[in-house]
Amino acid sequence: MIIVKVGMADVKYASSPDRIRTSGLGSCVGIIIYDQYIEECGLAHIMLPESTLARNGQIQRAKYADTAVEDLLQYMVQKGSKANRLKAKIAGGAQMFSFSTNNEMMRIGPRNVEAVKNALQKHKVSLISEDVGGNNGRTIEFDPSTGKLEIRTVKQGIKEI
Amino acid sequence: MTFVNEIHPDHLDILKEVGNIGAGHAATALSVLLDSVIDMKVPAVKIVPFQDIYETVGGTDVIVAAIFLRIQGDAPGNMFFMLPIKEASKFIQQLTGDKTIDFECPPYNEMGLSALCEMGNIVAGSYLSAFSDFTSLHLHPTPPAIAIDMMVAILGDGLLEISQAGDYAILIDTEITERNDLNATTETKGHFFLLPDPDSFEKIFQSLGVNVNDNS
Repeated sequence: MIIVKVGMADVKYASSPDRIRTSGLGSCVGIIIYDQYIEECGLAHIMLPESTLARNGQIQRAKYADTAVEDLLQYMVQKGSKANRLKAKIAGGAQMFSFSTNNEMMRIGPRNVEAVKNALQKHKVSLISEDVGGNNGRTIEFDPSTGKLEIRTVKQGIKEI
Repeated sequence: MTFVNEIHPDHLDILKEVGNIGAGHAATALSVLLDSVIDMKVPAVKIVPFQDIYETVGGTDVIVAAIFLRIQGDAPGNMFFMLPIKEASKFIQQLTGDKTIDFECPPYNEMGLSALCEMGNIVAGSYLSAFSDFTSLHLHPTPPAIAIDMMVAILGDGLLEISQAGDYAILIDTEITERNDLNATTETKGHFFLLPDPDSFEKIFQSLGVNVNDNS
């Protein structure tokens, strides 16, 4: 078994018996789209809600909620998944610092979560479970054979959703 | 064309030099505060793709106490002062004389957090004022915010502004070491990260009389 590691603004895929993991989700959101029937999954670690926020032409699609969800779905369909079997789990979107500022960027966590949910809804992918918000970082690991998502935090230990 | 394409090795050296000037002042402030010999230096200024941030800052599961300040003024950016939990506890014990303060597990000592925040504020302030004097740019920090959590999660928040403009961060990393007179060794105690916003680089270079678009 290998553990596939996904970096920031990155997307990768894993199939059973391998697992997939991303570390240090702060205001970023980890999106897992999986199909338990074929035991395949993809994990994207997004940083920003919309690809329209990009200031330059070329975009890294895994960085944005909307484009990352599109890419995850495309991959899963290529792998032979059926649209109605696709499910999603998400985690992250915290606010690491309680900051007395009007800087919009500091409230990006909740905006990321909302953007991910909108994108999933748009493509009719059902969101099975989520662990979002709060003010703590998360490290997540997903097992495509069981469909379980393990979430580690510094303050609350380990839980599964 | 992203800003990163216009940066040459020479530019990174200049940033390193400016970083070292700030670090020198910050080290003095911290040494006085803790009454011990603290050194800070900028080992390198790196251009890091986001995907490689984890490896660059050293491991994924490091837990740190981080003080975050947003830089406002002519060249906005983000600043982080990060200490591993153990070091943060030690520094604050040294500073307050209260040996019961420990940031290992919550709930954290309010007084300790406040002291840590203030320490970060003083250190970042002296770094920034040296930086500001040298470049003649008006820079001032926001009040500090504190978090104790995974290093990568915290740093990720500091990258958001930059992430809109490109897929790379220019990381001005400062290593903090404490000199131990007993066996003349130095140990790395923490990090100090300066992450200027993309548009700020041109202003920093301009203020130093360096042309960013000069390809020679």
